[in-house]
Amino acid sequence: MRRFVLRRAAYAALSLFLLSITIFLFVRVTGDPTVLLVEPGASQADLDALRTELGLDRSLFVQYGTFVRDLVRGDFGRSFYYRTPVLELYVSRLPNSLLLAAAAMVFSLLIGIPSGIMAAVRVGGWWDRGGKIFALLGLSMPSFWVGLLLILFFSVYLGWLPSSGSGTALHVLMPAFALGWYFAAAHMRLARSSMLEVLGSEYVKLARLKGLPEVRVIAKHAFKNALIPVLTLAGINLVLMVNVAVVVETVFAWPGIGRLLYEGIAFRDFPVVQATVLLGGSMIVVVNLVIDLLYAVIDPRIRYER
Amino acid sequence: MSASPASPSATTGTPTVFRLPRIRTEGLPLVPIAILVVLVFLAIFAEWIAPYNPEIGSLSQRFKPPAWAPGGSTEYLLGTDHIGRDVLSRLIFGARVSMMVGFTAVVIAGVLGSTLGILSGYLGGWVDQAIMRVTDTWLALPALTFAIFLAAIVGPSEWNIVIILGAVYWTRYARVIRGEVLSLKERDFVRLAIVAGCSKWTIMRRHLLPNVANTAIVLATLMLGVVIVSEAALSFLGVGVPPPKPAWGLMLADGKKGLMAGYWWLTVFPGVCIVLMVLAANLLGDWLRVKLDPQLRQL
Repeated sequence: MRRFVLRRAAYAALSLFLLSITIFLFVRVTGDPTVLLVEPGASQADLDALRTELGLDRSLFVQYGTFVRDLVRGDFGRSFYYRTPVLELYVSRLPNSLLLAAAAMVFSLLIGIPSGIMAAVRVGGWWDRGGKIFALLGLSMPSFWVGLLLILFFSVYLGWLPSSGSGTALHVLMPAFALGWYFAAAHMRLARSSMLEVLGSEYVKLARLKGLPEVRVIAKHAFKNALIPVLTLAGINLVLMVNVAVVVETVFAWPGIGRLLYEGIAFRDFPVVQATVLLGGSMIVVVNLVIDLLYAVIDPRIRYER
Repeated sequence: MSASPASPSATTGTPTVFRLPRIRTEGLPLVPIAILVVLVFLAIFAEWIAPYNPEIGSLSQRFKPPAWAPGGSTEYLLGTDHIGRDVLSRLIFGARVSMMVGFTAVVIAGVLGSTLGILSGYLGGWVDQAIMRVTDTWLALPALTFAIFLAAIVGPSEWNIVIILGAVYWTRYARVIRGEVLSLKERDFVRLAIVAGCSKWTIMRRHLLPNVANTAIVLATLMLGVVIVSEAALSFLGVGVPPPKPAWGLMLADGKKGLMAGYWWLTVFPGVCIVLMVLAANLLGDWLRVKLDPQLRQL
């Protein structure tokens, strides 16, 4: 197990390396990076200065070295719009994003897993049918549209909740609901289908034949294995949550990372866009590592090592 | 709803505490097929069906409510937007954009991802290492963020969006299907196939592919929805389909400008279209899953 942990950690490091290379190459292969990295309306002298600084006349290896050196120093460049280091901006927005994602994730798991399991245990029952409609609606309604409808109803017509901004608990409600809505449905759907698959398997039949009480069969034998795909999805969903948050945060003017990214696009502030992608990616590499480790703990059948 | 049938056999089943899932005997899911057929029809014949040019409006006709609302007229059935363009016409042309982007991107992502997932899971070794490291890295780039990043570099256009979305989403298939294959390849039928002398290629094609098809289709179902929503989100943010074109996501972005003033039709109708299309795809996929899943069929 220790070797396994070390190995996965090494993979994560490799992923970070590949991540930086991917970003680095995409920016350079698709054209002249100075066009992206220099402020709109900059003079020829500025362009030349940046070209020298990036070392575009030198080999890609040297350029990549410079790129990584700056990253390791925490130098992600300066925002054109805010005139401050991008990293500072990012760190100042992070707590807001985490708060929103945490609220949305708690909401989605609390609804998704129990309702999915219950739907699988009583297939075709009223819970299953109701859950199915909920899941379908959840998967089909884009979170930002849900957000817009929430604003239309609770802010414009009823005037109960603030339509945008942050600060109070009331401000979190609508964005968290809009963001978690989709994931609640996704978690429920997968929890149900994976539970069904597990319940049809031989070892569950054996547990039943042994005469174990049904509650125990489900809670002990089936539940753990049914959780695996849900956990995988939840890991992937952390990736997705950052994504969807871009749009939800834009809708509600929630001052998180997503909003920062949106401003980066809107103001053609490329250093901000690049840093958001890089830092977001790095965070998810770490999450993937944790998921992989949990995977191995839960299901010994998955033999990564012989 | 066609997806939640009351199975007649379930009520007369064996008197065990737990009932196993039964075969669903429903026929074709008519509602989602009808929705998709209508949308495809609208997408193909948009020029003949739409009452107005979707990209040109007249400012004197701006913010007209739908025909049945107070102040609306039958001239503009679903109202007009902030520069007086007919909402209905834009919705009809928008179907074309969503169809084109959604289907193409899902096919690109699905073929690429499933192939790489099976290869990776079954062959193992350095093939697995190479594919999974790339997958991990690309997955680590949050999909929409990655798409935004790419769009920011290459510039937004309809075809760029298709390629960007296909390139971004194949990793989902690869990772999940590899996981499935890892578990499947330890099962007896694969071991028997090896003993029987099947080549690796045959095992992957004949024994593994049918067994992951279920997962691939459920994924494709989720993916079609995700891709259509992603396109809408990119357009909503202004890095998707470029502005004068009628895309549903773009319409929602325009609609937000009139949201606080209570111009609800600009927010409600494009969203309803997105939901209908994604809902139809999900319902159809759900039905296909039941039809294609050998495990469910045998029970």
